[in-house]
Amino acid sequence: MSPLHRCPPGPKLATLALAGTGLMFVTNPFAMLDFLALTLLGFHVAGFGGARIWRQIRPMLWMLAVLFLVQGGLAGWTLAALIVARLLTLMLLASLVTLTTRTEDLIATLERLLTPLAPLGVNPAKVGLAVSLALRFLPVIAEEAERVREAQAARGLGTHPLALILPLIVRVLKAAEEVAEAIEARSGHDDGPALSR
Amino acid sequence: MQPQVKWGNPMTVSSIAASSLRLQGAAGSPLPSLPAAATTIEISDVFHGFDGREVLRGLCVTLTQRRIGIVGANGSGKSTFARLLNGLLLPARGKVRIDGLDPARDLRAVRRKVGFVFQNPDTQIVLPTVEEDIAFGLKGHKSGAADRAAKVTEILDRFGLADLRQAPAHRLSGGQKQLLAIAGVLITAPDCIVFDEPTTLLDLRNARRVGQVIADLTQTAIVVTHDLPLLAGFDRVLVFDQGRIVADDEPGPALRAYVERMT
Repeated sequence: MSPLHRCPPGPKLATLALAGTGLMFVTNPFAMLDFLALTLLGFHVAGFGGARIWRQIRPMLWMLAVLFLVQGGLAGWTLAALIVARLLTLMLLASLVTLTTRTEDLIATLERLLTPLAPLGVNPAKVGLAVSLALRFLPVIAEEAERVREAQAARGLGTHPLALILPLIVRVLKAAEEVAEAIEARSGHDDGPALSR
Repeated sequence: MQPQVKWGNPMTVSSIAASSLRLQGAAGSPLPSLPAAATTIEISDVFHGFDGREVLRGLCVTLTQRRIGIVGANGSGKSTFARLLNGLLLPARGKVRIDGLDPARDLRAVRRKVGFVFQNPDTQIVLPTVEEDIAFGLKGHKSGAADRAAKVTEILDRFGLADLRQAPAHRLSGGQKQLLAIAGVLITAPDCIVFDEPTTLLDLRNARRVGQVIADLTQTAIVVTHDLPLLAGFDRVLVFDQGRIVADDEPGPALRAYVERMT
């Protein structure tokens, strides 16, 4: 187990939060590349090779490409490179935190951090569950998107974004309803009425 | 419309084994040390509907057996009926009692007594890894962390998932996901488990495995299914049609009545 795996979630989350704010103030693209290199070094220290890093980057490539082209056209290529490098660094850093931290520990830390906000109406347990669900269902939604894409391709439909997005939204909403029902059934909560369907 | 056969005295497991039904399937192994009493479910004059369409129409039935199957055409009301049993739905009219508990008033107690396994395990598994998802049902229980971990280990061993303890849930096969979904319910030790089409998305081998898991349960099991062989060895089968129970008998006669209706 690497030092990053052994590190408690608190410092890792704090680093991520600090980077999320601090990197906004870095305006030199080369300095940003240094931070990106530092993040990649973190993957190496954690024992993750190039294949794992590629798996983290691949799903966001199209988004980064679009961002680069739009920003490049509107505000110049240097700024576009800076923004893309910043976003890539933050995404990889977030991936590194989740890859080296058990979700259970991450959520427990998050819930502890949110406890002081309880008097303001924040329910730490519910926020923790929401984060867990996001982590759980991101790959499921990616699989659904792939299924929809295949189904559309099989029907001879092109790659129009609407042909992918609309059926995906319908599926995700249906899945969300089923997940809510499952949580209700499994959690033994009685702090609300049963689903009135 | 009244059921074709009104249920009489509950049959014993051994008499069921000798019953005339000869379906080839997964179930049929002797049940291990059963608890003293099965869950008693009383449904009195229950109506329920969605969007102005009546889905359940005046259901009256008392269930006291350990293995109860529910079959019927799509839209016949069987899944709605199943959801009444742990308070996922409350009836628009009529009474539901689970061992005397009213889901409208004693929801927490009913949920602890009745577990629910959904058709699609992908939407029942709510946490990212196998271990975390199994432990989800124990969240909020008073038992300590060590006790919870021991329970998780025990159930992982029982279902042959120990090697997958840290595995991401989305990487599991369909059969493994369904076993995980069942394990996640069983860890809370409910008295009764409702299965809503548990084998629909599974291949034959995994369907048989899930069937065996159900057969081996010490709890009351109520299984909504289109997989008729799964009901071999069951004590009682209800046939639903258009929101009513139209046959209520041992598996043999009940399934014959169902097949006749569907052909």
